[in-house]
Amino acid sequence: MNAAPPLFEVRDLRVAFGRNGVFAEAVRGVSLHVNHGEVLGIVGESGSGKSVGMLAALGLQPEGARVTGSVRFKGQELVGLPRRTLRHLRGSRIAMIFQDPLSSLNPVMTIGDQIAEAVFLHNPDMSRKAVIERATDLLALVSIPQPDRRLHQFPHEFSGGMRQRVMIAMAVANDPDLLIADEPTTALDVTVQAQIMEVLADLQARLKLGLILITHDLGVLAGHADRVAVVYAGQVVEQAGVDDLFARPGHPYTRGLIASIPDMTIERERLFSIDGTPPALGRLPVGCAFNPRCIAAQDICRQTAPVTTGAPEHTAACHFAFQTVEAAR
Amino acid sequence: MAATTAFPRMTRPRWLTFPLLIGILLILFWLIATVAAPWMTGYDPLDMVGRRLKPPSWDHLLGTDALGRDVLTRTLHGARHSIPIAVTVVACAVAIGAFLGALAGFLGGFVDTVIMRLVDVTLSFPPMLLAMAVAASLGPGLGNAAIAMVIVWWPVYARLMRAQVLEVREREHVEAAIASGATQTRVLTRHILPLCWTPVLISATMDLGQVILLAASLSFIGLGATPPTPEWGSMISDGASQFYSWWVALGPGLAILTIVLGFNFIGDGLHDYFDPRSK
Repeated sequence: MNAAPPLFEVRDLRVAFGRNGVFAEAVRGVSLHVNHGEVLGIVGESGSGKSVGMLAALGLQPEGARVTGSVRFKGQELVGLPRRTLRHLRGSRIAMIFQDPLSSLNPVMTIGDQIAEAVFLHNPDMSRKAVIERATDLLALVSIPQPDRRLHQFPHEFSGGMRQRVMIAMAVANDPDLLIADEPTTALDVTVQAQIMEVLADLQARLKLGLILITHDLGVLAGHADRVAVVYAGQVVEQAGVDDLFARPGHPYTRGLIASIPDMTIERERLFSIDGTPPALGRLPVGCAFNPRCIAAQDICRQTAPVTTGAPEHTAACHFAFQTVEAAR
Repeated sequence: MAATTAFPRMTRPRWLTFPLLIGILLILFWLIATVAAPWMTGYDPLDMVGRRLKPPSWDHLLGTDALGRDVLTRTLHGARHSIPIAVTVVACAVAIGAFLGALAGFLGGFVDTVIMRLVDVTLSFPPMLLAMAVAASLGPGLGNAAIAMVIVWWPVYARLMRAQVLEVREREHVEAAIASGATQTRVLTRHILPLCWTPVLISATMDLGQVILLAASLSFIGLGATPPTPEWGSMISDGASQFYSWWVALGPGLAILTIVLGFNFIGDGLHDYFDPRSK
């Protein structure tokens, strides 16, 4: 492998929310990396800290949050960087797509103005005509028909899928190196989901983007990610290449997630689900965070937190990683 | 009736409610009076044009006052003082209040505390009392009364704007704008403020009427307009000492009633139009 640093590397990232000196960690030491042109999927339940962690990595943590650890972008440390420097990176080198395209667009600005703004913010010397031309090209790039007419419309005149295309167009406006898509298809219906994923995958390949795909749908990742990080209660519990992960899930949580994907070939009364709910912030169980919901939990799981084990290309944080449920029992 | 079919059926848009229509007509009338008062009657507001305290007649539709001046002429001319003052006062109060309120809501922290405590202190006085105190210390005159009213009124808009900014600031498109690298100023001016104006606009419309009322009140107790000026408050004050010549106070009284009513109707209409939930 080459010696160059990965495009984006997060090491031991911790995000804590506190009041009156009492802090509760939402992200508890996450480490992961994305290489140039690679698609990393981050999967986890709501509240597992996947969005908060990625936002914090870009300095977008909510007020009052404490962020520690290391976030490197092309070798440059981002944590603790002044706001001005971060601002120049955001939207130009690192772009983001949010979950709900309707609320992520300004309702009182035309689509054209918003895309133009994304371009203009990082190219203040560009002429107005050139900016508008670029905006038109961007709309065409995400396959929106009649881009020159659509530029003058407002977000409410666009359908959900079209709005997400606009968001993608804005995100890639300045040819970023890294795109973070935070549940880009969650707010859309299934057929549109597929189209949006296609647009994303197409752009990723064409622009050689590093892409971080945050989702709670393993099925989406199966077709689109190169590697997957499974997040539970603010920690990465398993990290592996996508095929390896599906073929040989090392963590019981991952197995549960995979088993939860509805299988259309088998007739079943009930769909599989993992019992229970993720632990609340600041109320983590002793030992392994997953132990109350784990079907293979043993005494050791209730006493000590597991360490991450396995080969570098496939790690899992479980006392009984890579063992079958039966062996664990 | 057969006659009804002779006219095309009148259709009106849903937002044009009956009170709103009345409000628009009333305000339209007073706006015309503001511009065209000198040509609407044959008299001058300051001239003694007839016998003193004459009851309404065809020559003087609203009678004459204690100095023999035509009450209708003076009432119409009153609009030339009240409306510009009200508009100026509200515009200044909105400008100051919205600016400070937006800063307080957006920046938070120390700036917020300083501005909002100032607002609290100002709002803790009854508005009439504070306006009286300020106007009295500045001396009589409509200009000074206007300054006093701005001082009384800006905190209302500061609060309104701050609350609105706090709400809009949390919306996702603001976060998206920050994530795309927008500067603080840009986020505030392009992504927050344009979504904050609706309640301010509604409130300002209603306050136009309230400011006219307050201006008249100040003039009534002698802190606003000085004597020969045909200002509604001071005219009512004149009328109050001529109790049995009821027509002297009737003209300005009706003027204040209709103009305040008109602004309130329009404000209500705007409110219903912009906030469909309230219907």
